[in-house]
Amino acid sequence: MLSRLGRRVGRRGIQLSAVRRNSQYTPYDPDAEPREEEQVDVCIVGAGPAGLSAAIRLKQLETETGKEVRVVVLEKGSEVGAHILSGAVIEPSALDVLLPDWKTTEHPLSQPVTSSSMRFFTEKYALPIPHPPQMNNKGNYIASLSRVAAWLGGIAEELGVEVYPGFAGARFLLSDSPDSSDAQGRNVHSVRGVITHDAGVTRQRTKSARFEPGIAFRARATLLAEGAHGSLSKTVISMYDLRHDAEPQTYGIGIKEVWRVDPAKYVPGKVVHAVGWPLNYQTYGGGWEYHMADGLVSIGLVVGLDYKNPWLEPYREFQRMKHHPHYRALLGGGERLAYGARSLTEGGLQSLPKLDFPGGALVGCAAGVVNTAKIKGTHNAMRTGMLAAETAFAALHPGTSFTAVASPATFTPAQGETESETETISLAAYNSSFPSSPAHKDLWGVRNLRPAFNTSLGLYGGVMYAGVDTLLGGRVPWTLRHHRTRIDSPDARATRPAVECAPIAYPPFEPPLSTDLMSSVALTGTNHAEGQAVHLRVMRPAEGEMSETAGRRREHVESNVGTYAGLLQRACPAGVYEYVPDDGGKAVPGNVEEEESAEGKKLVINSQNCIHCKLCDIKVPTQDITWTVPEGGGGPKYTLT
Amino acid sequence: MRPSAARLLNILVPVKRSVDYAVKIRVNPQQTGVDLNVKHSMNPFDEIAVEEAVRLRERLKDGVKSIKAVTIGPPKASETLRTALAMGADSAIHVEIPESAPAPEPLGVAKALHALIQRGDGEGKVDLVIMGKQAIDDDAGQTGQMLAGLLGWGQATFASKVQVDVEKREAVVLREIDGGSEEIRCRLPLVVTTDLRLNEPRYASLPNIMKAKKKPIEKLTAADLGVDFTPRLETLKVTEPPVRVGGGKVESVDELVAKLKDAGFTAA
Repeated sequence: MLSRLGRRVGRRGIQLSAVRRNSQYTPYDPDAEPREEEQVDVCIVGAGPAGLSAAIRLKQLETETGKEVRVVVLEKGSEVGAHILSGAVIEPSALDVLLPDWKTTEHPLSQPVTSSSMRFFTEKYALPIPHPPQMNNKGNYIASLSRVAAWLGGIAEELGVEVYPGFAGARFLLSDSPDSSDAQGRNVHSVRGVITHDAGVTRQRTKSARFEPGIAFRARATLLAEGAHGSLSKTVISMYDLRHDAEPQTYGIGIKEVWRVDPAKYVPGKVVHAVGWPLNYQTYGGGWEYHMADGLVSIGLVVGLDYKNPWLEPYREFQRMKHHPHYRALLGGGERLAYGARSLTEGGLQSLPKLDFPGGALVGCAAGVVNTAKIKGTHNAMRTGMLAAETAFAALHPGTSFTAVASPATFTPAQGETESETETISLAAYNSSFPSSPAHKDLWGVRNLRPAFNTSLGLYGGVMYAGVDTLLGGRVPWTLRHHRTRIDSPDARATRPAVECAPIAYPPFEPPLSTDLMSSVALTGTNHAEGQAVHLRVMRPAEGEMSETAGRRREHVESNVGTYAGLLQRACPAGVYEYVPDDGGKAVPGNVEEEESAEGKKLVINSQNCIHCKLCDIKVPTQDITWTVPEGGGGPKYTLT
Repeated sequence: MRPSAARLLNILVPVKRSVDYAVKIRVNPQQTGVDLNVKHSMNPFDEIAVEEAVRLRERLKDGVKSIKAVTIGPPKASETLRTALAMGADSAIHVEIPESAPAPEPLGVAKALHALIQRGDGEGKVDLVIMGKQAIDDDAGQTGQMLAGLLGWGQATFASKVQVDVEKREAVVLREIDGGSEEIRCRLPLVVTTDLRLNEPRYASLPNIMKAKKKPIEKLTAADLGVDFTPRLETLKVTEPPVRVGGGKVESVDELVAKLKDAGFTAA
């Protein structure tokens, strides 16, 4: 009888399975969600050069000593290298240590640098100027960092590292009770691991029928290798006040294109750096031109995010830079293949946080190890990854001896104590051996250069000071501060109100040399699955806000449109943010009552365009945009950058 | 419904590794094809096929004995199989072709699948082939139909709904056609090709991906199947479509007539 009923009602009819079906009304509480757990030794968030170097080093130590270590690398991009963007001119010093035989294998560092020069641009001319000794690129390579990461990812997997692209590190697994103390002696919870993103959350932040909870990786050590201004890194720095004794980080935005140029213009291995036009002397930044292998040229512009003028649009600065006769000549007859953007750290040693926290450590740009004079960070990122790996391995297997290569002068396998197989380990030795490591030495010599640009003399003051300081190799008794007084989010706070600044008249686009923003964004291949929750959240978690309210949105619009000329709409290199006339539609899901618009405008977030550059989180004057990870696998699909 | 003496179903799901749908494609400098140094992933229609096979198992319970995924491609195509395994397939077959070899054409693929299916016998005989209606790189839409022809099986293409009755060994399929839909009743064994509205594929969860690493992938070559993948078509040239030139506005009818005359249009 029942079976005949079943046949009539249809296969869907009687729900006999034990699977709980969600509808879009099922409430979603990430903290209460039951999750599967996996026990690992080291969980690394981010498959970039830092994270992968750490992973590779750990597995090398496993081979050397025979002591096992389970290493998992989580990567929010759909494949390794999809979210990485850089110039890039790579110093192979760290690679020589990590993989001494790399030159004999198939590798993507195919173009050695053949010449380096610097230019001072005016609107019409490109005047050669001497460049600091650090910018001498002898022995360096021009490569796509995306391909380098993909290559390192392959090596890591061969060594037995579990690399999971398409899975974002979304939140921390914390200890149940405060069981550690931070540097200030407060009792805090320790980080016990990482939870991957929950998939299938609707725009209203409820569970859809396809809801798939993230899993929790219980790790004895968690390494955050998310790159500049990573979401988990931001949380951890705030949680443990890791910048208590350091200055806040200051950033730049790098916007880049890769072109296939007319062969007559192509000079393999040529490296050019430029300052001056189109940026004015008060805005830190500069352009680059790197001739990669296979007839490709990487060009781009870095704009310091402490720029004062809210009318400034980094994307349009870059597009008009290409109208300069020098670039017109270079790119004429060429074809644009790629576009992308990413924030980078510029704070150097002054902004370096305490590197370890209870349960883990920061490596690479998540800590902020870019050498701003050389405009290179990959080598230091790899070094910090290797040092963290050796520290972690020594703590995981105390008493085991191995050859430490990351910082042999100062770190040798420590005698550590651990209580149980699953107890988290301390990476304090990583933080304490860093000051005498090669990466620190690299950053020490150039520590005064970025701050030198922060005076009223701007570019000129910086260049003059740099001229002296670099000749001395940074061997001066002082260390300049980025800012005289300590302010949080200095880049955001540096923005002046729009009335105090002059609007900039950008020239119209001249396709195919320079194009509108959407044509460029299309080249990133960025995409985010439809219907998911917007990952850019208008809220201030540091102030205890854990959900978005219409009130916060209204204040955001009031301030940004009223005072700062709608900065985000001008600054985002992917066209995510728009201030549009209020048509009555509600942007905050579920908001029926409250007013969320101001000055006749409301904020629209086109999160599907996001290319994960983090500019908004850094620069928004109201500091109320919190970048969180979207569902894994979304975002750009860089292959040439 | 308890499965009777009727044999349990073996489902074969061919999948293809193609350029990811979000990537902006470009013609390569030699003008022989598209630049393939970009992100690849499983053809979206094949994801729908895998999802349908898994849902059939959820609906029919023990009625489905095995779900096998198969791909024909270079070594990297095994990642696509891992995705299929993570979504719920039991095992996979990778017919490996060299990295430098051109992509196989629909007829070649159909012949390979035909040879593969002929190998199965007894309990391992394939009853149902579910595959994408077309691949998003070549948009050929031929393989399913050719395969059905080679096998002498029925075909239910552009399926937007599939219902299988294991005991009766038949399926009722709703097809998307111009002007609406068509419902057909088919006998098994059957080839089904999936259309977009059939289902929404599930996310491969991380635990499933981890489990998928342990599931078996059988490696075969063209020679093992006695199939030749040499292309029968020669691509002469691939170019991008001509850039759209903007139109112009005219001020008066006379001007319009003059422009038409210039362009070569004359009154009859």
